[in-house]
Amino acid sequence: MLQTIRKFVIDNYLFGEEGKLGDEDSFMETGIIDSTGILELVRFLETTYGIKVTDEELIPDNLDSVSKIASFILMKQSVSSQTAQEHSFRSSGEPRP
Amino acid sequence: MCGIAGSLQIDGGPVDRERLRQMIGAIRYRGPDDAGIYSHGPIGLAHARLRIIDLVGGRQPMLIEQDALAITFNGEIFNYIELRNELIAKGHRFTSSSDTEVLLHLYQEEGERCVERLNGQWAFAIWDAPRQRLFLSRDRFGVRPLYYTRMDGEFLFASEIKALLTCPQVPCALDLIGLDQLFTFWATIPPRTVFRGINQLPPGCSMIVQDGHITITPYWTLDLTGQIEHGGATDSQLAEELFELLQDATKIRLRADVPVGAYLSGGIDSTVVAALARKSVGDRIRTFSVTFESNDIDESRFQHEASAFLGTSHTSIRCRHEDIVGVFSDVIWHTEQPILRTAPAPLYLLSRLAHDSGFKVVLTGEGADELFGGYDIFKEAKIRQFWGRRPASRWRPLLLKRLYPYLPNIQRQSLEYLKHFFHVTPQALSGPFFSHLPRWELTAKTKQFFSESTQAELAEADAMSSLLRDLPSSYATWSLFTKAEFLESRYLLPGYILSSQGDRVAMAHAVEGRYPFLDHRVATFAARLPASLKMKVLDQKYLLKQAVKGLIPEAIRTRTKQPYRAPDGISFFGGHDEFVGDLLSSQRIKQDGVFNPRATDALVQKFRSGRETSVKDNMALTGILSTTVLLDRFMHGRNALSAPASQERHTPF
Repeated sequence: MLQTIRKFVIDNYLFGEEGKLGDEDSFMETGIIDSTGILELVRFLETTYGIKVTDEELIPDNLDSVSKIASFILMKQSVSSQTAQEHSFRSSGEPRP
Repeated sequence: MCGIAGSLQIDGGPVDRERLRQMIGAIRYRGPDDAGIYSHGPIGLAHARLRIIDLVGGRQPMLIEQDALAITFNGEIFNYIELRNELIAKGHRFTSSSDTEVLLHLYQEEGERCVERLNGQWAFAIWDAPRQRLFLSRDRFGVRPLYYTRMDGEFLFASEIKALLTCPQVPCALDLIGLDQLFTFWATIPPRTVFRGINQLPPGCSMIVQDGHITITPYWTLDLTGQIEHGGATDSQLAEELFELLQDATKIRLRADVPVGAYLSGGIDSTVVAALARKSVGDRIRTFSVTFESNDIDESRFQHEASAFLGTSHTSIRCRHEDIVGVFSDVIWHTEQPILRTAPAPLYLLSRLAHDSGFKVVLTGEGADELFGGYDIFKEAKIRQFWGRRPASRWRPLLLKRLYPYLPNIQRQSLEYLKHFFHVTPQALSGPFFSHLPRWELTAKTKQFFSESTQAELAEADAMSSLLRDLPSSYATWSLFTKAEFLESRYLLPGYILSSQGDRVAMAHAVEGRYPFLDHRVATFAARLPASLKMKVLDQKYLLKQAVKGLIPEAIRTRTKQPYRAPDGISFFGGHDEFVGDLLSSQRIKQDGVFNPRATDALVQKFRSGRETSVKDNMALTGILSTTVLLDRFMHGRNALSAPASQERHTPF
């Protein structure tokens, strides 16, 4: 996952200059993403990882570095799989674990 | 409206007439009706004429007083009738009814200070033979262009850079510092241009070349230091005064011996100008506009409403993506500098429409946004300042979202991001460029596409520090609003709006633009208004809107400002990729050395893939593309510049 996110950031914001990006580098502090580039990132995450990013989640804590994005995706996916499990348990009538 | 060129041999040797012929030949499209050359000893003046006033008597270069004074003049002096009467009363005799002759006599009467009396738009050179002095001047806002260079004991000037480049000794190379400034501010800081060694005379300045020395003197600046209440006048009295000033500014801009038309964008400013022209003419006028395929940027509905309300005979041209691609190279040939938006291209099509409809002169609404508080950047700065006073506020930044309903990226951004991108910190608030920093920093990000060698050469360059050194000493004491107004009217207006979007794309088709809002009486009136009458709370152009009640349709008077935009990067893809494929090939980019070939290729791929692109991506693509065209047409294609000049009249002096 880290590699996929890195590749997206390098292709779309650094235009191939990969040597300039560390996983912990802040996009805001390094100026990698500008005010007009955030939605590109969100669309990419939504399409690639099948998640839905709400407006409240559009904050630097979730999106400001490669590793922050990866953690955010994992968190979203785990919440989503939990919800799916809950949904599946409920619909099959089985008791919740 | 015309093209001018000239040469002064500093060492006193005779001027080369063939050189003058080639110089003026390169810009004959500015004045296709007539051409002339005057040479005498060390001086040579050349002129390409677009006949507008005194069709027979106004030929140039013009001489008076047994050849003591000679002039080549591009532009219009709108108050020439009043000045002429005044000069006649003082004993001057005229042989023509042209404004050119008035200018010569006024110089004879008042010397270099004559420019302070002019109401108009000009770039001219007067050869004062008795004093062996060349006097050049450019109008207050820089409506008309004037470039110069000095080399090998010779001083050369012209309306356009390409005329100077017909002289093989003039170097033809990109000025990287100029490029760095343009990729920050959309314009260079005068006198710099993007051509090394070629300068422009700054707006509001005159210049004397004498005894081998060049002296530049400002004769006028937009004085924003005295923003005061107008002597206790009420808003409605001020609105009335403004209306009368605008009415007269428009009326004298209708002085011409050919028909005058008007551009209609669908916004307030051009509608006001067209309405005032209609009132002055008392008859139906012709209007022209450009329309777009995308509803987001098209303003046809308002253009039709304005035209119907004013009863104008209206013609429009639809600008499609392929049209932008089709004219892009020629547009850059005329702008003579890179552009970061494609917006000049539709205006190039519009001037062609006016020309093909038989019009040489159009009135337009430029200047109102700068002088009367119309730009979103003023509003943005005010909101940011308001927010910055209480940075923790959660609702103040929401005003920014209301300001940019057409920018989805701004709409969804969180407080933290907005705060970061819009610089709302106490330190930023007290900085000299608070209003413009977000725009300039975003634009400057396009420099990530500069090649390593370009970046290395620019390691010491700092566009914003250069600008800081260019500011007037009182700047630091001005209000945020005044600073923003100054930055817009001093740099972006002449360097981009009146140039790449103005003179250059209009004159490409021999069309002269006239700007009632840039009448210096209107500008001086506006400069003295308190900011609260330009933007009342967040109501842009408040006083102007009050002044034009009833003059234009209410739907236009009260509509939310829509910035003029054209389709950018998207124009070059989706079936029209060949242009980009050829110009931005890695081989070409590598060969030119200005941009990074790998990054440029990745940018092109991003557009080609149909992925979402940002404002910065669009500016970068248009900037790289236009710089490459510039290199192609000027540097690599230099031989074409010295093509044989068309036939012109030889002034028999």
